[in-house]
Amino acid sequence: MSIRREDVLRVAELAHLELSEHEVQLYLQQLDSILRYVEKLNELDTEAVEPMAQVLTASPAEADPLREDLPRPHTAGEHVLRNAPEARPPYFRVPKVIER
Amino acid sequence: MSAPTAWTVESVRRALTAKQISARELTDEFFRRIGERNPELNAYLALCPERAYAQADRIDRQVARGASLPLLAGVPVAIKDVISTAGIVTTCGSRILQNYIPPYDATAVTRLEQAGAILLGKTNCDEFAMGSSNENSAYGPVRNPIAPDRVPGGSSGGSAAAVAAGLAVIALGTDTGGSIRQPGALCGIPALMPTYGRVSRYGLIAFASSLDRIGPFGRTVADVAAALTVLAGEDANDSTCARTPVPDYTAELHKPVQGMRLGIPKEYFGAGMDPAVRQRVEQAIQQLAQLGCTIEHISLPHTDYAIATYYLVATAEASSNLARYDGVRFGFRAPAASLAEMYRRTRGQGFGQEVKRRIMLGTYALSAGYYEAYYLRAQKVRSLIARDFAEAFRQVDLIVTPTSPVPAFRLGERTSDPLQMYLADIYTVTGSLAGLPGISVPCGTTPEGLPVGLQILGPHFEEARVLRLAHAFERASGFSS
Repeated sequence: MSIRREDVLRVAELAHLELSEHEVQLYLQQLDSILRYVEKLNELDTEAVEPMAQVLTASPAEADPLREDLPRPHTAGEHVLRNAPEARPPYFRVPKVIER
Repeated sequence: MSAPTAWTVESVRRALTAKQISARELTDEFFRRIGERNPELNAYLALCPERAYAQADRIDRQVARGASLPLLAGVPVAIKDVISTAGIVTTCGSRILQNYIPPYDATAVTRLEQAGAILLGKTNCDEFAMGSSNENSAYGPVRNPIAPDRVPGGSSGGSAAAVAAGLAVIALGTDTGGSIRQPGALCGIPALMPTYGRVSRYGLIAFASSLDRIGPFGRTVADVAAALTVLAGEDANDSTCARTPVPDYTAELHKPVQGMRLGIPKEYFGAGMDPAVRQRVEQAIQQLAQLGCTIEHISLPHTDYAIATYYLVATAEASSNLARYDGVRFGFRAPAASLAEMYRRTRGQGFGQEVKRRIMLGTYALSAGYYEAYYLRAQKVRSLIARDFAEAFRQVDLIVTPTSPVPAFRLGERTSDPLQMYLADIYTVTGSLAGLPGISVPCGTTPEGLPVGLQILGPHFEEARVLRLAHAFERASGFSS
């Protein structure tokens, strides 16, 4: 096993995911097999290789991709709160925040 | 059942101009077909008749006035449910966004409607576009219209099935590791993934931001080209959208393909490929040679590392992008006594199995102590894969491969082993990682009658060249749907 049960629980904690016992078992197995598969990347010598930081190398047309930073009206406004499970305009409502 | 009339962009325009049909009648016809076939196929998740008829009436008024019609006038279109549509529920195929109504339209949707297209509805997909079979949707799988006991491919399975079944003329999909090209191949229609940055992603709900693209499905390569002409080009709302000028892709289709140098990478013809797929693709390569193209055998040596690279990069980015689904601002919220518990329960209950699996993998790959071994290494190998292509494109104009190693498989056949499902993306993830444009075009069927797709990959921003070869092949082979 390249991944242990504690790792699965720790990662679920980091990702804010509540998992059932069945899911913990399932992901332990499946993540183990996926992680063992991706270990094939270790066959390559990547010491001198730069990680890919952007997909396209800058062409002249892309040299200055930023538009002028000018304020514009935000039209979404009140629509934004309409999707909230619970809201008291102009706020989103959430359960009590307790120290973890 | 009689075959539905195969409407295309061109035939819609001719029929409207000649007043053989009104846009309203055409819209009626498509909603009637959807009513007949969608209960079986499950390709559409939501319809928007009000918006469709309002647009149809606008087009009919333009026809009555004798005004010149925009490029996609009256063309019925479907939109994958990861693309925002103002006022129309957009679920991403997920329970966590079950009631989400976007406050604005994606730029791609705005551009289609400004070009006269009629928006019919939203199409089913794998949850957050994560999957290769459309079986990961919280709203049930899509069936392949060619063989309803089989999958349509994924993740844009609903869009591919809608076009293949004649329930839309053009549909938008998204491609992160093959999610346009693979369902296009499995449903037997042309399907284009444009260059990274060619089409604005404003309003696309993000999965993996360094990979995601929006692109069109159509019944013909010409329809795909017309759609791309409308979709492509810079957008002030998306800083990752390229400023590179947009050609008229339709006008480019008819240029000759004679003398084109086509690379056939040996790594794409190895073990694991269905023999009928191999036969069809090899036949297609012979046909391309008969069209006057030069066939050159090449090597892309890092191909074998692409799946591992892709599943680390894509899941790492997904784990970050999907952090926003926490039950606070939109979508599903699970009841809980504290905020932290609300986050965990909402995400635990709101996300499906595959999405949680990928969030777990991505979080692990980015976590302290593992970042260098997994994510950083994957980004380095990604550079090597991109370099393979850059070197190949110094020798050849385009690269030709199969789209998928297998034709459409049966529902449920591959769901138990996620790694096996990931390996089905072997021929498509490479172009995704390198940011290249690629199309899948039909190249015949297996003895069981299942469609096979031919993939054509080009250098960055060379969609015109990719489409030109696809169009020439379609005409010569007669495999247009």
